[in-house]
Amino acid sequence: MQSLTMTEKILTAKVGGIVAPSEVVEVEPDLIGIHDILGHIVVDILEDLGVEKPGFKGRLAVFLDHAAPPPSKRYAEVHMQLRRFARRLGAILADVGYGIMHQVIVEEGLARPGDLVVASDSHTTTIGAVGAFATGMGSSDIAYAIATGRIWLRIPEAVKVVLEGELKPYVTAKDLALAILGEQGSSWANYKSIEFTGPLVSRLSVSSRMTLTNMATEMGAKAALFPVDSMTIEYYESLGVSVKPLEPDPGASYYDEYTLEASLVEPMLALPDRVDYVEPVSSHEGKEVDVVFLGSCTNGREEDFRLAARILRGRRVREGTRCIAIPASRRVYQRLLAEGVISVLASAGCVVAYGTCGPCWGGHFGVLGPGEVAVSTSNRNFKGRMGDPASRVYLASPATAAASAVEGRITDPSRYIRG
Amino acid sequence: MRVSGKAYILGDDIDTDVIIPGVYLVIKDPSELARHALEPLDPEFYGKARAGVIIVAGRNFGMGSSREQAVIALKAAGVRAVVADSISRIFYRNAVNNGLPVAICPGARDAIRHWEHVELDLLMGRLLVPDRGLEIVCETPRGIALRILEAGGLLSLLRRELGRS
Repeated sequence: MQSLTMTEKILTAKVGGIVAPSEVVEVEPDLIGIHDILGHIVVDILEDLGVEKPGFKGRLAVFLDHAAPPPSKRYAEVHMQLRRFARRLGAILADVGYGIMHQVIVEEGLARPGDLVVASDSHTTTIGAVGAFATGMGSSDIAYAIATGRIWLRIPEAVKVVLEGELKPYVTAKDLALAILGEQGSSWANYKSIEFTGPLVSRLSVSSRMTLTNMATEMGAKAALFPVDSMTIEYYESLGVSVKPLEPDPGASYYDEYTLEASLVEPMLALPDRVDYVEPVSSHEGKEVDVVFLGSCTNGREEDFRLAARILRGRRVREGTRCIAIPASRRVYQRLLAEGVISVLASAGCVVAYGTCGPCWGGHFGVLGPGEVAVSTSNRNFKGRMGDPASRVYLASPATAAASAVEGRITDPSRYIRG
Repeated sequence: MRVSGKAYILGDDIDTDVIIPGVYLVIKDPSELARHALEPLDPEFYGKARAGVIIVAGRNFGMGSSREQAVIALKAAGVRAVVADSISRIFYRNAVNNGLPVAICPGARDAIRHWEHVELDLLMGRLLVPDRGLEIVCETPRGIALRILEAGGLLSLLRRELGRS
């Protein structure tokens, strides 16, 4: 028997015959997702083509998340168009406030291990945290998939990331992702899938796994996968769903391999304007910060805000600095509310909303002005990403972001969190 | 297939946020999107590209977002092809899907001079500078990607398929 990577296993099952890297196959997705800022073009295309009945028979879901609630009349119209589309096709509609696409898909179990997911968002790779082969595509590809039920894929080579050792208490999966980016660069995994493995994996929560598979997009990856292990199985059990283990075969062959010793990783920053200009937070301490953003599909979950709250509890955001905290979904918000975390954030002076990723893409809920500096837990710091082209974004973990909010300047969280 | 134009040189890691900033994603009209193409990097790009340009870039062109508007804006502005040392996967797919020729031409960015006349031969896989007799080997779309490109984009292909069924 040939040894297969997890990528090959999933796609072999989809195609119904062994596939090998670089082969081009046509497959039917299990789940297709579209969202408000790019999905409306998909709807325009389908309407223009006069597609009444889609050829796609799987789960179709529409997410109003990027510009939610609508910051302008134009986006209100986009939302109206997408609601009509969802109603007409009987699609799942995650309306304003429901949450960010990738978060909701995992939270609601809309994707299962072994599924093929395509969506109109580059960070669709996030869903690989639960063992689904999930990839982002443009509007034409998504429209084609909805119209025909098919999508063409080149079977990617897989690269392996081995996570060894233990995380320090103030170091998170985000710091690991930034460390990998710093070492390997933003095109390391272009056209490839990333498979995470190693002894640390079994101790990483689904949430932490999602942070890594989310940032895999910034490494160029087409998809990113964690094994379906007892952590994943327990996660689905909590949703009332039974799933089977899935992992790469021992001896599967990888295009490249990288081992990261987690115990050596310190809190990291990606410096403006590149996701792979990565240096330790400690070497940039003291830089004044105008805005701190806690949230996004990268770091908008319970564990992220609990960690931030450990630092913010009983403290206040420094005068002159704004803190914007946006849990990724209503469900995350409700849990944090019940735990008292939302109260900590509000008492510290953060503006708290939920269910949108507006600030990350410079859309709304805190767009940066010229020269402003942000520390953000999101995934991109490109020129002008969060607003004015002359603003500057430092990507960091929720711990670093919270510590920086308290001090009003870039701050290593190690002195706030001990053991 | 052969396209030609003035070479417009760009660096490494040109991301989709600088190709078309998020604030413009709500615009539907390609000619309006075109006015903002590459705006944060070169506010004059739209005026320059009207002449018909071939972007010659470094590593990882088009990294970032899945926004197809990045391709739509460049094409509508007058970009006839993108050649680069490497091209990010979603941008590559979006370009092919919109009938915008793309080619991986390692070394081209260093060899080509800004604004000189270049020609891209997609079938031969060559980037040519006729004035200097320069020829650079490129990897151009093949198989299904070439079929889509030749059809003028994925939606033209889809229109044909829907017409048949």
